Amino acid sequence: MDNRQELNRNLAQMLKGGVIMDVTTPEQARIAEAAGACAVMALERIPADIRAAGGVSRMSDPAMIKGIQEAVSIPVMAKCRIGHIAEARILEAIEIDYIDESEVLSPADDTRHIDKTKFAVPFVCGARDLGEALRRIGEGATMIRTKGEPGTGDVVQAVRHMRKMLSEIRRVASLREDELYEAAKELAAPLDLVKYVHDNAKLPVVNFAAGGVATPADAALMMELGAEGVFVGSGIFKSGDPAKRAAAIVQAVTNWQDAKLLAKLSENLGSAMVGINADEIETIMEERGK
Amino acid sequence: MAAYWRLKGAETFEIRQKSDLERNIDMLALPGGESTVQGKLMKDLGLFEPLKKRIEDGIAVFATCAGLILLAERIEGDDTVWFGSLPVTVKRNAYGRQLGSFKTTGMFDGKPGVPMTFIRAPAITSVSPDVEILSSFNGIPTAVRRRNITALAWHPELAV
Repeated sequence: MDNRQELNRNLAQMLKGGVIMDVTTPEQARIAEAAGACAVMALERIPADIRAAGGVSRMSDPAMIKGIQEAVSIPVMAKCRIGHIAEARILEAIEIDYIDESEVLSPADDTRHIDKTKFAVPFVCGARDLGEALRRIGEGATMIRTKGEPGTGDVVQAVRHMRKMLSEIRRVASLREDELYEAAKELAAPLDLVKYVHDNAKLPVVNFAAGGVATPADAALMMELGAEGVFVGSGIFKSGDPAKRAAAIVQAVTNWQDAKLLAKLSENLGSAMVGINADEIETIMEERGK
Repeated sequence: MAAYWRLKGAETFEIRQKSDLERNIDMLALPGGESTVQGKLMKDLGLFEPLKKRIEDGIAVFATCAGLILLAERIEGDDTVWFGSLPVTVKRNAYGRQLGSFKTTGMFDGKPGVPMTFIRAPAITSVSPDVEILSSFNGIPTAVRRRNITALAWHPELAV
C-alpha cells in the first residue's frame, strides 16, 4: 500500500468514535464543532432538502466550502457525484480533508466509480454490503460508511446495511482458506481484500454508520451494531435545537453502552426532524452506484 | 493507542466516564483525534477537573497530537486553554490540511530511525527553558518532555 493510502486510512482512524455532521454554513459548522463533531461535511443542501427540491444535485460551490474550512479547525469533508472525476479534482485542489463520493448527489456515471487510487486526497464511500465496501476500498476508498437512506430520518436502511455487512464479514472470517476464491467471486470483490477480511474479521478501513440517524438513541443503536462512528446528515439542523441535539449525539456515541446516560441525553431535545418512512419515498438514493 | 501500549506490556482501558477513574491508573495516555471533541467531552462528562488534578499531582502522561494540544499552555490563534499543564505553545494543523500529512523517520530521545506519522499535526512553536526537546522536524520541536509529561505531535502507534 502506498504512503498516501496509509496516511489517509490513518486520518479515518483519528475520527473513530466520533460524529461527522452535515453543515451548510460557516455558522452551522461552528455550532457542530462546539458541540463536539469530529469533522463536518460541507454541502449546500442537506439530504432532506435535496430530496424535497428534486432535480440534479451537484458538488457544492467551492467558495461556500472554503468559508466552512476557514470557520473550523476540525477536518472538513465535501461530496462529489459518483464517478465525477472533475468534481473530485476540484475538491482536491481546494485541499478538502476527505471527499465523500456520494449517492446523495445525482450520479455522474451510472456504472463506474472514481479511481480513487489516482488521488492524494482521501475518499469515503457508501456501501450496503461487504461486496460494495470491498469494491470501493479496491478503488482506493480509505473509509467506508453505510448508505442508509439519506434525508429520511428513518434509520431502518442503515441498520439493514450495517447488519448485512458485519454478518458477511463474520461469514468470510469463518471460511476455509480454499473457499475464499469462490467468496470473492460471489461478493464481486478483490481477492486480496477478501483475504484481509478473512484473516482480520474486519474491514481494512474504518467503518461508520450513515443515513437516517436522527436521535442519540439512533446513534447508540448503530454503535451497538458495530459502527465505529456516525455521520448525521439532516438529523441535526432539521431539528428544533441543533446545538443541544448535536452535543447529545456526540455523547451518545462515546457512551453508547450507558443506558442511564442515554436516557438523560434523550430528554427535552426539542422536536426531532419530522422524517419520512424510507419505504414511502420515490427517490431511492441507496441504489445509486453498486 | 491502547493497542500500542498493550504491545508494550501494559494493561489498558478507556476512560469514558467518571466511574472509570475509580480504577487503578499508573499512566494517562491522551490519544490523537480532535482536541475540540476530546476537551468538550471531558467537560460534559465531568472528567476534566479530576483528570487535570491527577496531571498536576504528577501522574505519568503520554500524549500524541490532540493530546499535546490539550496539554499546551497556549494554542496559537485560539484563546482556549485545556489542561495547560505543559509550558509550550502549539500551532494547530501546522503542516496544512490532510494533503500535508506525512511520514518520516527521525531521532527520538537519542534513538535514531524512529518512524513518525504526522496526521494534520500540530507544531510546537515555543517551549519554556525547562522543557526537554525529544525530537524535531526541520528544526521545529515535535516531541517534548517535562517532569511527568511526554507529548508528541506525531503518532508512534500508527507505525506499529
